[in-house]
Amino acid sequence: MKYVLLFGGTMEGVDQLESPARESMMADYEQSGRWFEKYYKAGKVVGGHELQGPSTATTVSRKNGKVTVTDGPFIESKEVIGGYAEIEVADLDEALEMAKEWPGTVEIRPVVDHSQETAR
Amino acid sequence: MKYMLLFVGTRESQDQWDTMTPEQLHAAMGGAETWFEKYTQAGKITGGLQLQGYKTVTTAQDSNGKRIVTDGPFIESKEVIGGFAIVDVKDLEEAQEMAKSWPGGPVEVWPAVER
Amino acid sequence: MVRVLGNFDIAEEVVQDSLVAALEKWPAQGIPDNPGAWLMTTARRRAIDALRRDRRYAEKVALLERSTLPGETREADDRLRLIFTCCHPALAPEAQVALTLRAVAGFTTEEIAAAFLVSEPTMAQRIVRAKRKIVAANIPYRVPAAAELPARLDAVLAVLYLMFNEGYLSRGSAAASRRDLAEDAVWLGALMVRLMPDQPEALGLLALMRLHLARAAARFDGAGEMVLLADQDRSLWDHEAIADALRTLNRAAAMSSPGPYQLQAAIAAVHSEAASWEATDWRQIVGLYDLLLDLNDTPVIRLNRAVAVAHLNGPQVALGEVNDLAIALSGYHLFWATRAELLDDIGETALAREAWQRALELCANPAERALLRRKLSG
Repeated sequence: MKYVLLFGGTMEGVDQLESPARESMMADYEQSGRWFEKYYKAGKVVGGHELQGPSTATTVSRKNGKVTVTDGPFIESKEVIGGYAEIEVADLDEALEMAKEWPGTVEIRPVVDHSQETAR
Repeated sequence: MKYMLLFVGTRESQDQWDTMTPEQLHAAMGGAETWFEKYTQAGKITGGLQLQGYKTVTTAQDSNGKRIVTDGPFIESKEVIGGFAIVDVKDLEEAQEMAKSWPGGPVEVWPAVER
Repeated sequence: MVRVLGNFDIAEEVVQDSLVAALEKWPAQGIPDNPGAWLMTTARRRAIDALRRDRRYAEKVALLERSTLPGETREADDRLRLIFTCCHPALAPEAQVALTLRAVAGFTTEEIAAAFLVSEPTMAQRIVRAKRKIVAANIPYRVPAAAELPARLDAVLAVLYLMFNEGYLSRGSAAASRRDLAEDAVWLGALMVRLMPDQPEALGLLALMRLHLARAAARFDGAGEMVLLADQDRSLWDHEAIADALRTLNRAAAMSSPGPYQLQAAIAAVHSEAASWEATDWRQIVGLYDLLLDLNDTPVIRLNRAVAVAHLNGPQVALGEVNDLAIALSGYHLFWATRAELLDDIGETALAREAWQRALELCANPAERALLRRKLSG
């Protein structure tokens, strides 16, 4: 079954952080790199991207039929999405095992499966 | 350059799926189908998924040094992400054009980190 | 207590739910997205058909169905699978409790709604939503592997203890129609012990719940008012039940793997063995709280320890420890009640009164409120 793991947190602003917070974030970042490598090789990660920081995000929305473009994410929250991975695993517990090894907050979302429909 | 288009919806609108008729649902998704078809054929879309509703979401996070699992998304907001597309386009302008023609709700355009 | 184990119609409901779930698989205005294969789909009817053919749904329904058939050789395994699935941490805590009551203890939705003082439609929705997530997110229907078991067993025991406290604390004030959650929690605890006899914490929780229940007859006086442990008529305690609980606790202790439930049960056991409140072995109780803090350092455990410290080292020392918890527990009525009691002990009546008042403002439980009002007026 396929799930999307949405990763919370961003590396944006890490340069401005003081030690040891900066070192701690860099260590987590390296760990996330190893995480990707490990599960990609194991065939569990089938896709994914790291996103640039929220200051680079743009929102396109429509109000009363008028399209507007604004700077920043639409969803206002102190939490931001820093990236995602598509994984192919047996069940939610296997997805949770992987999520537990990730050095940060992870949201696990089952995807809508259309494989049966294409098969017909 | 690759961008991620995040399709934003609301918990309220996801709740409405429960009571919609097939015709209403079909009408609601028709425009999105056309959008994906158009840009997939144009080679602009390299990936993407539709996610199941917010009620199926689970979050894993650290709390007081322990890794805990909880029900629901970690971003506490009335807005939720319904799905995403990875697009490979020339620049932000082009990504924005695609986002503008999306028939649904707001779209967040995030540049991806190139490796 | 005659009860048909796992006698509920989850399988049928999953099939019904899957029809609703099919709707969720489709985007609506504001939510749509999705490339490629999605373009093939045209109508809800086809989605429902696809869903019916989906092997995953079929398997899950079959498993759930099997759990409703008593007398099967795999009955025990299936029941455990059911418990662990119902208490999966990916489900909201209140949904875990509701689902366990429904699926394992055979409560009706109406009974669960009454027990948690919410409307029946609200509870029905909570249960349906949880079941739907089990299927949609593919929460596995199995007993966790050895590495995962301790954490997952903790989750199950936490659900049972929550259930127990909900029932135990609201006793006396409960409407006659409310089914007794505390007894059902004990019953489920006993079931866990039978299914997993080698788990010391499961034994610990069972002993803890039984020790509390053994005092039930003394917890309310003739007028239905709550009586605190210090003032209880100990001859009303069920000493046979206490002896039984102590045997359960000893079984756990023999496994040499202490945990929070065993330690809490041991503290309850010390109280149970004391002839009177004054004759309580406070030194041992403080020692047990210290062990508990080593495992799980929380402000509430520190507050309880301070009560024992008051008897061992005097109210002044205890008050110092309680005051350290002011920030963490300022919204907790028992913090103020404990502080008030200690202030009364050292003769600070005016300050004590303010603290009793604060405790009353923060307390929602009717029986406890009545007790606090008596303290204020007396």
